[in-house]
Amino acid sequence: MFHRESGVFKTSYAADMALYPLPIARWAVAVFAGLFIVIAPLALGEYYISILNLVLIAVVGALGLNILVGYTGQISIGHGAFMSVGAYTAANLVTHLGAPFWITIPAGGIMAALIGAVVGIPSLRIKGIYLAIATLAAQLIIEWTINHVTWISGGVQASIQVPRPSLFGTQLKSQTQLYLFLMAFVVLAIVGTSNLIRSRIGRAFIAVRDQDIAAEIIGINIFRYKLWAFAISSFYAGVTGVLYTYYLGIANYEQFQITVSIDYLAMVIIGGLGSILGSILGAIFVTLLPILTRWFLEDYGWLLFAQQDLQNAIPNLRLILFGGLIIFFLVVEPEGLNRLWRNIRNYFRVWPFSY
Amino acid sequence: MRRIWEVVIGIAAGATAALCFAGTVTAQQKQVVIGGMCDRTGPTQVNGAGICPGIQDYFDLINSKGGIEGYKIKYEEIDHEYKVPPAVEAYEREKGDGATSILVYGSPQVQALNRKLEEDKIPGTSPGFGIAASADGKRFPYLFPVAATYWSQGAAAVQFVKDKLGGSLKGKKIAYLFYDNPAGREPIPVIEDLQKIEGFELRTFAVPPPAVEMGAQMLDITQRYRPDFVIDHLFGGGPSVAIKEFKRNGYPLSKVVALVWASGEHDIVGAGGWPVAEGYHTMSFAGVGDDYPVRDEIKAMYKAQGKEPPKAMDDTVMYNRGVLWAALHVEATRNAIKANDGKPPTGEEVKNGFEQIHDFGLGGLVPPLKVTAADHEGGGFVQIFQVKGGKFVKETDWFRAYPEVVAEAVKKAE
Repeated sequence: MFHRESGVFKTSYAADMALYPLPIARWAVAVFAGLFIVIAPLALGEYYISILNLVLIAVVGALGLNILVGYTGQISIGHGAFMSVGAYTAANLVTHLGAPFWITIPAGGIMAALIGAVVGIPSLRIKGIYLAIATLAAQLIIEWTINHVTWISGGVQASIQVPRPSLFGTQLKSQTQLYLFLMAFVVLAIVGTSNLIRSRIGRAFIAVRDQDIAAEIIGINIFRYKLWAFAISSFYAGVTGVLYTYYLGIANYEQFQITVSIDYLAMVIIGGLGSILGSILGAIFVTLLPILTRWFLEDYGWLLFAQQDLQNAIPNLRLILFGGLIIFFLVVEPEGLNRLWRNIRNYFRVWPFSY
Repeated sequence: MRRIWEVVIGIAAGATAALCFAGTVTAQQKQVVIGGMCDRTGPTQVNGAGICPGIQDYFDLINSKGGIEGYKIKYEEIDHEYKVPPAVEAYEREKGDGATSILVYGSPQVQALNRKLEEDKIPGTSPGFGIAASADGKRFPYLFPVAATYWSQGAAAVQFVKDKLGGSLKGKKIAYLFYDNPAGREPIPVIEDLQKIEGFELRTFAVPPPAVEMGAQMLDITQRYRPDFVIDHLFGGGPSVAIKEFKRNGYPLSKVVALVWASGEHDIVGAGGWPVAEGYHTMSFAGVGDDYPVRDEIKAMYKAQGKEPPKAMDDTVMYNRGVLWAALHVEATRNAIKANDGKPPTGEEVKNGFEQIHDFGLGGLVPPLKVTAADHEGGGFVQIFQVKGGKFVKETDWFRAYPEVVAEAVKKAE
C-alpha cells in the first residue's frame, strides 16, 4: 500500500502473485490491523464507533459489488435486493429455527448467491446498459415479493425483529462489541476477495471483463464464470444484508430499496473499479461524506445563514455539497479514489527528483 | 475526533483559524437535550417542510419563555432524507449528546430504531405513523405512537363513512386506496375486522411506490367498482394526484376520506388549488387552522425578534402537527423534571413522564390525550375536516372509533 520496490526482481510466478510483495507490506497490514482492531475501539467514543460500523457494513457490500462490476465487468442495480434476500433468510432462520449467527450469515449469503446466479443468467446474452435494466427488474421483483408474501416478510409490516447475535454466552449489544463482530467479517471479506482475485477464478473474471470473446477462445467457460461472478458478488451482498439485520436488530425491506443499490454502485465507481482498496475508500467516502458535510455546515453554516434558516438550509446544502464533491472527485480522477491515491504515492516515490 | 475533522475541513474550506475556534466553543448551562430527525429533502419532504419548522419554533418558544422548569431545551435536528442508515447515525449522535427523548421521523426508521430505543432506555415518539402495535406500552415500553396510530385512523375513517352513509354500512361498498408499502398496508387488518362487524364490502387498491401513477386503479375504482366511499391512504406526492384523478373521472370528492398523511394544505394546493378539491374529507390528529393561542405566541416571538413568521406556518395542518409533537416532548420532560424535584431527568424518567401525559390541551390544538403505561397511544383521537369554499371546515370534533376493535388488534399483534 505505502511501499514500492525499487525495481522488478521477481524470478517466479509465486513471488509475482504473493499477497505481500515486500516485508514492509506485512508490517503495514499489521499496523493497520492493530490500529483498527485494538486502538480504534479503545480510543473512540460510541458515536464514532457507530459511524465506523455503518462504514464496515458498507465495505463488505462494496467489495462484493466490485467483484462483479470492477473485476468481471458485469453491472448490477439489484444488489439492494440481494441484501434483502440475505436479511430475510437470516431473520426467518433466527425466528423460526433459532439458528445462531454462524449459520444464518452463510445461509443468508448462499440464498442471495442462488438468487443472484438466477438473476445473472441474462448476462450471458446481454451486456452493459441492457444488463443494468435486467438487474433493475430483479430489484423490483424481489422488492415486490418481499413486500407482499407474508410468509417471507413476517406480516404486513414486512419487518422481523431479530435478537442480537450471541458469542460465548454474551449478547453483542454495545457498539464496540458490534464493531469487533463486524470487523471480523470485514477482514474475512478483504482476505477472501484478495485471494479470490489471485486465483484461477479471479483471473478468469478479469479475462471476461477485458474481452469476453478472447476469454472464450483461450478456453474460459464464460457461462460458468459469469454466473460465478454473480453468485459470489451476491453472496457478499447477502452477508451485508445479514450483518445489517444483526446491527439494527430488525430486517426491514425498506432498508434495501433501489437507492441502496445505487449508493453501492456509487461506492465502487467513486472508489475505483477493480480494486480492493478502492472499494474500501468508496464505502468510506459515500458513508462519511454526508456526515462530514453536516458537521461542517453545523459549525460554519452561520457564516451564510440566519440561525432559524439554518435548519432548513443544512439538509439542502448537504445534498448540493455531496453531489458537487462526487463530481469534483470524478473529474479530478475518473478512475476513482484508488487511482488518486496511487498518483499521490507515485509522485512522492520519486520526490523531489521527479525526472 | 470530530473537532479534528472540523478543523481539517475548516482549513480546506479556507476558513481562518479564528473561525475554527469560534465554531467549537459551546456554552455549558442547565439544559435538556431532545433529539429529532426530519426529512426536508427526501420523499416525504412535503410533510417535513411543515412539521420540522413547527417543532423547532415550539422549542424556541418554550426557550424564550424560560425553558422547561428552568431547563433550556437543546433541540438537535438531523435530516435523514427518509433513509435508514443516516437515521441510525443521527440516533447514535443524539444519544451521545445526552438526548433524553427522540422524535423519530418515518415508519422504517421507527422499525429500525425500536430495539435501540429500548436497549438505551430513551423514549421515542412517532405521532401518526410507525408501528401501530406499539400502542401497547407493555410490549413497546420506549415507543410512543401518540395521538393516532394507523389502526385508529383506519377505524375512525370507517366510523366516519358509517355516519355519512346514514348509520349503517350493511351492503355498502368501500374502496381502500393505499400506498403499497408496509405503512400503507398497516390499516388493512383493522378495516377487515370492521368489515366483519359492519358487513360492508371492501376492496383494496394498491398503488406501487412512489404512488404518483394511479390511472389504472382510479379507472377501476370510479368506473367498475363504483364504491359508496373511498378511504384514501396515500402520502408523499400521491394525494394530490389522487384528488386530480378523482376529479377527472367524475367521482365526487365528498365521498373520499383521507387518512392523516393525505390531509395537508400542500396536498390540496398540489392538486390544483382549493376549488378543485371542494368536498374532499381530511383527517387530522392535531388542530387545523390558525385560531390557536400557541400560534399567536409563536408569531409574537418572531415579531419580537423583528422577523416575519416563517412561510411554513401557512401549511397549518403539518405545522400544527410539529407543534403538537414538540409539545408532547416538552410535557413529558416537564413531568419528569417535576417528579425528579428539579434534577435533570434521565431517558427512563422522561418515559415515565410520557406515561403521565393527560389532557394538556394547548388551546384545543391537542386532542384529549391520556397516555398511560399500558396505552402509549393516548386514545387515538382524530378530527375530520372537509374542503369547503377555500378552507378546511370542521366536520367532527375529536372522536375515537371502535376502541375495542383497535385494542383487540393490538392484543392480537403479539
